[in-house]
Amino acid sequence: MSTIAGTTTGAREMMMGNEAIARGALEAGVQFVTGYPGTPSSEIVETVARSARETGVYVEWSINEKVAAEVAAAASFAGLRTLTAMKTAGFNVALDFLAHLGYSGLGKHGGSMVVVVCDDPEGHSSGDEADSRWFAQTEGAPLLEPDSPQEAKEMTTWAFELSEQFNCYVMVRSYTRLSLASGPVTLGRIPEIGKKAQFDTSQETISPYMPKPSHVRQHQRLASIRPLFERSRFNWYQGPEKPELLIICSGIGTRYSLEAVGALGLEKSVGILKLGTLWPFPTKLVAEHLARTRRVLMVEEVDPFLESHAKILAFDSPAVSKDLKIYGKDSGHIPAEGELNPSIVMKGLAELFGLDYTIREADYERKISTAVDKLLINRGVAWCPGCPHRASFWAVKQAIRKDGRDGFPTGDIGCYTLDVYPSGSQQIKALHAMGSGVGLASGFGKLAQFGLEQPVVAICGDSTFFHASIPGLINAVRNRANMVLVLLDNSATAMTGFQPHPGTETDILGEAAPVISTEAICRSIGCHVEVSDPFDIKGTTAKLLRLMKEDGTKVMIMRRICELVRMKEERTFPFKVWIDAEKCRGEKCSFCTRFFKCPALPWDRETGKAVIDEATCVGCGVCVEICPPGAIFREVTA
Amino acid sequence: MTRINGEPINLVISGVGGQGNILLSRLIGRSLLKKGYLVSIGETLGVAQRGGAVMSNIRISEKMPFGPLTPEGKAHLIVSLEPLETLRMLSRYGNPEVTTLTNFRPTLTVDVLTRKDKYPDYAALKQAIDTLSGTAFFLDATAMALKLGNPIITNVIMMGALISLDMIPLTREDIEAEIKASFSADRAELNLTALAHGIDAIAAGT
Repeated sequence: MSTIAGTTTGAREMMMGNEAIARGALEAGVQFVTGYPGTPSSEIVETVARSARETGVYVEWSINEKVAAEVAAAASFAGLRTLTAMKTAGFNVALDFLAHLGYSGLGKHGGSMVVVVCDDPEGHSSGDEADSRWFAQTEGAPLLEPDSPQEAKEMTTWAFELSEQFNCYVMVRSYTRLSLASGPVTLGRIPEIGKKAQFDTSQETISPYMPKPSHVRQHQRLASIRPLFERSRFNWYQGPEKPELLIICSGIGTRYSLEAVGALGLEKSVGILKLGTLWPFPTKLVAEHLARTRRVLMVEEVDPFLESHAKILAFDSPAVSKDLKIYGKDSGHIPAEGELNPSIVMKGLAELFGLDYTIREADYERKISTAVDKLLINRGVAWCPGCPHRASFWAVKQAIRKDGRDGFPTGDIGCYTLDVYPSGSQQIKALHAMGSGVGLASGFGKLAQFGLEQPVVAICGDSTFFHASIPGLINAVRNRANMVLVLLDNSATAMTGFQPHPGTETDILGEAAPVISTEAICRSIGCHVEVSDPFDIKGTTAKLLRLMKEDGTKVMIMRRICELVRMKEERTFPFKVWIDAEKCRGEKCSFCTRFFKCPALPWDRETGKAVIDEATCVGCGVCVEICPPGAIFREVTA
Repeated sequence: MTRINGEPINLVISGVGGQGNILLSRLIGRSLLKKGYLVSIGETLGVAQRGGAVMSNIRISEKMPFGPLTPEGKAHLIVSLEPLETLRMLSRYGNPEVTTLTNFRPTLTVDVLTRKDKYPDYAALKQAIDTLSGTAFFLDATAMALKLGNPIITNVIMMGALISLDMIPLTREDIEAEIKASFSADRAELNLTALAHGIDAIAAGT
């Protein structure tokens, strides 16, 4: 595969937003890139990694986002240009450090640091749709939000210059419909980089302590950035001198606003003020535009961030009409939840102009509703055929049932999160952030003195274990919490694209790296550790049952490589699997299809028996273990 | 068929995770960009590899880069690798003029396996797609791919069928060049064969 660093200067290429951000960093001469995988952000670090050998950029998957930010900051303290990228959820993890870095700045001979945060409006691949822009304000970080892959590239490059000039990290906010969307990007030059890292020990400690003077410094810094933002080319206005209605928008809201105004033929009445530099808020620019209209519609994803600041500004601006109305999320013209789309903006705009906005004629709409009601079913996600998690959760279910004390699992973030969907075993009873399964179990494990008699089983994956589960586990041991941690070790950060982690043999560049043993860590802190192959369902169940009955904090590692990773490496089908239709008890049993739920083990409506789907079966053979009448057979393939 | 007269042209490609939607949207995007069009592609991937519904919005303009999502009811052409997904896209983007091109090879959902849902009756599903489309084309590209020895090329067969409709400003030569540039020689050959079969499928009035 060719890398983006090899592409010719001046050429125009289709690029994902994430690739464009990576390219923008390379064009700025970035030397050091870190991150932790998470959709929709992972491709930023991966794109830089693919070109690392040609460009000489250092790139790592860090253990979590806080460490990623710290590692990147160190390189910036030593004068290099650095970038760290993460999704919103991970940004929360990094904030402890970034909050302090926002006060301290990058040191006397600092390089530069860009923090890219990818929000996920609509929560396509997340448990939240949090709007990270508020944090720029809290942390005192300059904030940019691009509207397209082209602008994402240009803004990222500029973010390094800003960071260097003002000695602070700069935040670039991306979002799903930019990060994972593609569009044309014109490429610039990637400079030769050879800057030597050097840390100036004669300078004062780089630290926010004492907070008060550094808070003053932070505010002075933002005040000096503001004039630059007021005249930035990333903010522009298009429309009549005195618009009947002014749209103020940012990010993808810009593209949808342009389309909506065109579609409704409102070019002569509606002006669009697009903001790319969001914090410090360009008050002078916005106030000037507010003074030229009486109605404003705010178009942004997700929270009313610009809307709140525009309202505060209107209150403070004498030139603004007393009749000025600002519409948006608060007024209900734009929904306060979910991602934007062009129809949403068209609808809000049409309502404000008293125009009719009908998506489709009533007759067609009726036909659609009839077809949807009668025929359309949901297509949920499921664990892949051959996935070890299906067998692991099966064992957990059997062990909890045999234990008989109404035990329950607490969960975590990874492919095993799919357990809570209809396609899973639906056992996990509490599911929050990375590492929270263990923390919650540590709490449940201390409730015996208040009468709780139910055992708790925390479930986390291998990458999640390193990321955030270790402190919770130490807490459980130290406080003598009764719990079992089931560590599902599939040797990859599978959910986000099979990235390596500290327990895997190779690093992001595919080179051998020191392997950190999960069982050695667990044993060293005093846990009783058992290891099992989840495909040995009976053995795994028995081991887990024993651990559940023991006092203290125990760890059960269920280890089997992710099937997609295995298939990519080995390209083999371990077993040929078939069903003896005579032995299959059909609908009165249907244990395999109703409860085990492997997509490659469907049901033949006509014969009323289970069948193996040869197109999707990967020959893992584990279904042989769960069939009550023993009607499923397997034979080792040659 | 005649070329779509739209600014932008809204093409939707849908299917089930793992069927290779993204390859199609990328081939189309790169080819059109070379011809000077401004293309925006919005992809809903989510946990695509795990059997969910996947969708690409491709918006083709001569004037400006549009946002990556098509307004409701505004698709010109829906290409789908699975019939239930054609219906899902019609419900969101359909209109009386829309053309649909469907690989009529149902992929059951996990909820169908567990009997929570019932996959719609095939004839009724086909009828609904036909009723809701201005023009509806159906073919079994998966069967053709299996005949050629590999189900993985189903997507490129669909690409061939799309090209032969001549509704978007792309020619067979454009896509052939892009396939040659994107794959190693042996894989390019398989994909060129698949493309040719897809083109013939529609030409033969399948």
